[in-house]
Amino acid sequence: MTVLEVRELRVSFPSETGQVWAVQDLSLTLAAGQILALVGESGAGKSATALALMGLLPAAATVSGSVRLQNQELLGLDDREWSKLRGRHIAMVFADDPSALTPVYSIGVQLVEAVQIHQDLTASQARTRARELLELVGLAPATGVFEAFPHEISGGQRQRVLIALALANDPAVLIADEPTSAVDVTVQSEVLAVLRRVREHSNTAIVLITHDLAVAAELADQVAVLYAGRAVEVGPSTAVLGAPRMPYTIGLVRSLPQLDGPVGPLPVIAAGEIAATGCAFAPRCPLANEECRSRRPELASVTDGYQVACSRQPQVEAASPDALFAAPSATTAPARDAAEVVLSVRGLKHSYRRRGRGWDAGRTVMALDGVDLDLRAGQTVGVVGESGCGKTTLLRSILELSRPRAGRVMVLGTDVATLTRRSRRDARRRLQVVFQDPMAALDPRLPVADILAEPLVITGWSRAAIPGRIGELLALVGLSHDHAQRFPQQLSGGQRQRVGIARALATEPSILLLDEPVSALDASVRSGVLNLLQDLQAQLGLAYLLVGHDLAVVRQLADQVVVMRAGRFVEIGPTPAVLTHPAHPYTVALRQAVPSLNPTVRRAGLPQTPTEELPPAALHGVGCPYRGPCLRRAGLAQADRDRCDSEDPALVLLGADHRAACHFTKPVAQ
Amino acid sequence: MDPIGCATFLGMLRYIGKRLVNYLILLYVAVSLTYLLAATQLDPATLFALRQPPVPPAVVEHQLAQYNLSDQVPLWQRYLTWLGGVIHGDFGSSPTGVSVTDQLLVRAGVSLRLLLVGTLAGIVVGIAVGAWAATRHYRLSDRVTTALSLLVVSTPVFVIAHLSQFLATGVNRATGVQIFEFSGETGAVGSYPWADVVDRAQHLVLPTLVLVLVGAAWLSRVQRNLMLDALSADYVRTARAKGLTQRQAAWRHALRTALVPTSTYVTFSVATMLVSATFTEQIFGFAGVGSYVVESIQGRDVNAVVAVTALAGACVVVGAVVSDLAVAALDPRVRLT
Repeated sequence: MTVLEVRELRVSFPSETGQVWAVQDLSLTLAAGQILALVGESGAGKSATALALMGLLPAAATVSGSVRLQNQELLGLDDREWSKLRGRHIAMVFADDPSALTPVYSIGVQLVEAVQIHQDLTASQARTRARELLELVGLAPATGVFEAFPHEISGGQRQRVLIALALANDPAVLIADEPTSAVDVTVQSEVLAVLRRVREHSNTAIVLITHDLAVAAELADQVAVLYAGRAVEVGPSTAVLGAPRMPYTIGLVRSLPQLDGPVGPLPVIAAGEIAATGCAFAPRCPLANEECRSRRPELASVTDGYQVACSRQPQVEAASPDALFAAPSATTAPARDAAEVVLSVRGLKHSYRRRGRGWDAGRTVMALDGVDLDLRAGQTVGVVGESGCGKTTLLRSILELSRPRAGRVMVLGTDVATLTRRSRRDARRRLQVVFQDPMAALDPRLPVADILAEPLVITGWSRAAIPGRIGELLALVGLSHDHAQRFPQQLSGGQRQRVGIARALATEPSILLLDEPVSALDASVRSGVLNLLQDLQAQLGLAYLLVGHDLAVVRQLADQVVVMRAGRFVEIGPTPAVLTHPAHPYTVALRQAVPSLNPTVRRAGLPQTPTEELPPAALHGVGCPYRGPCLRRAGLAQADRDRCDSEDPALVLLGADHRAACHFTKPVAQ
Repeated sequence: MDPIGCATFLGMLRYIGKRLVNYLILLYVAVSLTYLLAATQLDPATLFALRQPPVPPAVVEHQLAQYNLSDQVPLWQRYLTWLGGVIHGDFGSSPTGVSVTDQLLVRAGVSLRLLLVGTLAGIVVGIAVGAWAATRHYRLSDRVTTALSLLVVSTPVFVIAHLSQFLATGVNRATGVQIFEFSGETGAVGSYPWADVVDRAQHLVLPTLVLVLVGAAWLSRVQRNLMLDALSADYVRTARAKGLTQRQAAWRHALRTALVPTSTYVTFSVATMLVSATFTEQIFGFAGVGSYVVESIQGRDVNAVVAVTALAGACVVVGAVVSDLAVAALDPRVRLT
């Protein structure tokens, strides 16, 4: 039974240069119990579509076409009529954001409000229903979420609350806008499980909006790929994501780093503008011809229920995907002597007092609890872990270049505690950082040339030599000289991050600290930046300390992986060993939670790991930092469990540099 | 109260206590400096210089010395004498022997009667107009209120006050009835029931209107901007997605959140109300605290100048503490520790 039918939806916004089309001629059909994923990059029109379906577009937007919910036309309703449907028959799950919930009302109050808007319930009935909703999304009463205020709970808990709000009145259609983009990977798999449960129990139809192809593959029955406001490929998710037919989708899937894919340079979709006439993707398409550039292909059925907007289908079928988007060849590193240790960390500790309200307020949290690390020239160490595990603190403590509160940091053979003002400046030149969000990390008022000149001026380059060096740096990161006079907002996300990398390279560093260098980038440019980082390392012999939450990205770059939890290293070793034969139960859980483009393969035989929702401080102190949700501990005798609770597990050598901190690690089959 | 709530409460008391001690030290220093400034710069003896027949210097000196105003007495000694009085709640006397403390209390009463209604109404009107204008962002009604409030904000109070008197005179003339009174607190009282109340009200209407206009114009600007921020926040969209209409979401979610920063402005303007309406009091002939400042400087009244300064300082301290408490009460994210 069709519950939602969208016909030729068009959304436009006024701008200084005239109307900007966010969505064009989008048609979708959704049956009860069906999950449809809208995938695409930023600017593809996903969110505009979601807001149009909810009637929540800003007043300036123009909407046309037809949206029918259970045979009722929605477009053209006034605010009062809309408000009777919103939250009751069609509801929306927003991406977690600290401001997604009203800061001055408790979670309970906000849930009760959602229930009482549409249902004639007494206050106590509504409270009961609100508590049920929290249980439904996996928030037990013991977590105290009902009484808490939005700032007092974790991001994962907030995301669940946002789902509970949307479920308050058993809507027929749920629109989930990036419901997992702001949460950790283990929470992500839980959130996906909640959505799956909702579909099964209430036959709710779900529109899933996501930039993450693997998340779409995990959850959706149908996938619609959007490019520049239009659907370019629509069909069953296994087909669209398993054997795509539109060159754009083929490129997206091929360039996605995957845990079970090959390691090495990734295929890249060429950079290019969105074409105003003809196929919007033509400037970036390897198969584009004159027809593509002049005439826009309509969405046409290839097989039953599978549509593609591409006029070069015969050529796509003839070409192998490898030929369409070939992986570039890897730059081979020149032979070097035995790599020296350029960064060494011993027993590093860092603690802070937990602020805010709640039972653990004022407690001391060990953000780093005695960690040891060696980084060699030309090598990459990847640090993975979930939010609050201490990976950012590790990076910052090293970046500070000052005497740590406990432990020792050696940069290029010098203890940072002994640095003088002058030698610290020199050490800074050799140790640079690339930040996660290039838009926030680049001064919007400076053109690229000035951004790159700044570190050169500070480190004493002569005025005459600077323009030449800027040209060199731009070439190094694959930008042209034309980019020098542009401002950051005139660059694409991938170009901005290249500027960020060029700035870090300006002072000829030996060590680069990479803080989630591609997580803010769109999928189609991500592989390009990853390849660039690999190239630069091979060319310049750089050492990378990479912090990331995405195991597949870390796997692409890292020679060694460190898994962190609660300020401690729980597993460390060569990347293939740690990721293919994880020894610590936490690494196993992380590995399992990563969504995959082939979910059926991954699901075989893997138990679901429960995630606990406790504040990070609860994990600190004596005992294993992973004892709470640990499946291995759950299978132990009581005496052995007590050992997990009372004794800190030390890192134990399992073979070939591979160590894990678990009392009950079995020998690893390598 | 649970243990955490209790600990939070104690922490809050400790925080407020610490802040209060800081403020009181600051207040003491500020008032002492004012005393030194006033005592050295204002010369009460000049008051007697132009008297006809001339007052003998010895008599002047005797009277001034009696009220701790003689410049023959060393400054530090006068200061200590003054301080001793202040500790017992006595702010000294005017050069003519009137008790400053008594005078201040009387005038505070007058100011309060004049200003309470106007200030509070100005706050309510300002918040309402500002919030409403924000929901009408860029529409005609928003532009009109913006233009009007900017006009009022940029016009000096005494111009507005005199204009209102001018208009009121016109109305009185046109109707032939003395509807508006604009001099003093009371005037000719008729002989009908409640006549004294009506008379007071007639005198209050104009200054109150001026106060409301000026207060509301200013606060509506502040509130509009705060409300605009709140309206574009994600949580308002979440509230609408739950099924609230735009209006309900604006009033229940955006306004409630936007009131947190407003509470700081409001507590300060209420707390400093007593000493803030010099022009209005002068023009409408209310012998309140604001006009006391002007009169005491003109009258070389050292002790009165210092006493009014102390009152103003105390009001600011109260405003600061109350605004801390108000923000903590309105915003669960704020902890006073």
